[in-house]
Amino acid sequence: MLGSLLIVFREVMEAGLIIGIVLAATQGIAGRGRWVAGGIAAGVAGAAVVAVFAGSLSAALSGNGQDVFSATILCIAVVMLGWHNIWMTRHGREMAGDMKALGTQVATGQRSLAAMAVVVAVAVLREGVEVVLFLYGIAVSTHSGPVPMLVGGLLGIVAGGGISWLLYRGLIVIPLHRLFAVTGLLIALLAAGMASQAAALLAGDDIVPALGYEVWDTSWLLSDGSMVGRAAKALVGYSDRPMGIQLVAWGVTLAVMLIATRMVRRRPVTK
Amino acid sequence: MRYATILSCLGLAALLSAPPAWAQDPVHLVVKDHHFSPDHFTVPAGTRFLIMLDNQDDTTDEFESYDLKFEKIVVPGSTITVHAGPLHPGTYKFFDDYHPDQATGTVTVTQEP
Repeated sequence: MLGSLLIVFREVMEAGLIIGIVLAATQGIAGRGRWVAGGIAAGVAGAAVVAVFAGSLSAALSGNGQDVFSATILCIAVVMLGWHNIWMTRHGREMAGDMKALGTQVATGQRSLAAMAVVVAVAVLREGVEVVLFLYGIAVSTHSGPVPMLVGGLLGIVAGGGISWLLYRGLIVIPLHRLFAVTGLLIALLAAGMASQAAALLAGDDIVPALGYEVWDTSWLLSDGSMVGRAAKALVGYSDRPMGIQLVAWGVTLAVMLIATRMVRRRPVTK
Repeated sequence: MRYATILSCLGLAALLSAPPAWAQDPVHLVVKDHHFSPDHFTVPAGTRFLIMLDNQDDTTDEFESYDLKFEKIVVPGSTITVHAGPLHPGTYKFFDDYHPDQATGTVTVTQEP
C-alpha cells in the first residue's frame, strides 16, 4: 500500500505543483476555475486514451514514440506559458491597479485562460498516463491484494493534491501587485524546466546532440530520485546530472521569456 | 542574456569534446514474474550503450533508472530500447517503477585498461 501511495503521490504532486502555479498566476481572471477544471478533465481523459494506446505509441517512430510524444507536448506547454506571461505583462498592471475598473478583455481573459488550460491538460496528461497504467495494472493483477494498493493510490492522489493546494495558498497570500511579478518568474522557470526535460528526452534517443552527458554531478546534494528532487524537477527543471543540451534549452527558454516580457512592458498597454 | 551566453559557450565546449564511443552490442534483458534476468550486467566506462528490455509479464511496467536517466513504459509482450551512458565507473541501479520492491537490477561500469 505504501509503495502505490508513493508512486501515485509523486505523479500527482508533479502535475499539482504546476496547477498550483497556474491557479496563482490567473488570480482575479473571471472564469478561471472552469478553464482549469476543464484542463484537468481533458488531461485525465487524454491520459486514459494514451494509456490504452501506450503499446502502439511505443511502436511508432521506431521505438522512440513515447519520448517524442512527451517532448512534443512539453514544447506545446512551453509556448502556452510564454503566451500567458506576455498577456499578463500587458494586463497584470491594470488588474493589480484597480480591480473594480477592469476592462472586458481583462475580466474575461479568454485567450490566456485557454493557454493555461492547455498547460494544465498537458501536465495532467503527462503524469496521469503513468498513474492510469499503474492503477490499471493493480486492478487487473490479482498477485498482490488490489484493495490495499488501490487505497494507497487514492491516498496518494489526496496527498499530492494537498501539497499543491499548500503551494497555491502560500502564493496567494502575496499582495496582488507583487503576485504577478512572482508568478511571472515562476512560470518562466516552469517553462525553462519543461524545455530542458524535452531536450533530455530527445537527446536520450540521440535525436538531438547531448552536448555533454554530465555537465555536473550534484546527486550527493539533491538526488533526482528524492521527493524534493522530483519537486525541483517539476518546478524549475532540476537535474542532478544534466546534459549540456538541457542547460542550453533551459537558459535560452528563460532568456526568451524574460526578454519578451520586458519588450512588451515597454510598449503602451493596448485596450 | 549573459547567462544564456555562458550556457551556450558551455554547450559549444561540450560539442567540441570527443563524442562518446558506442559499446558494441545492445544489452538484452527480460522481465518475467517481476524479476529482471539477468539482473546484473557490466559495461565499460565512457561508452554509450543500448538496453533492450523484453516484457514477458502480463502487466505493464515502467523501466526506470535515476542514475541512468531513463523512464519508459513497456506494455506486456513488447520490447523497448533505451539509451544509456556514458557513465563513470561504479554501480548503478535500475528498476520497474510499478513493481519497485520486486523488479530491481544493477549495472556495474568498469574502467577499461
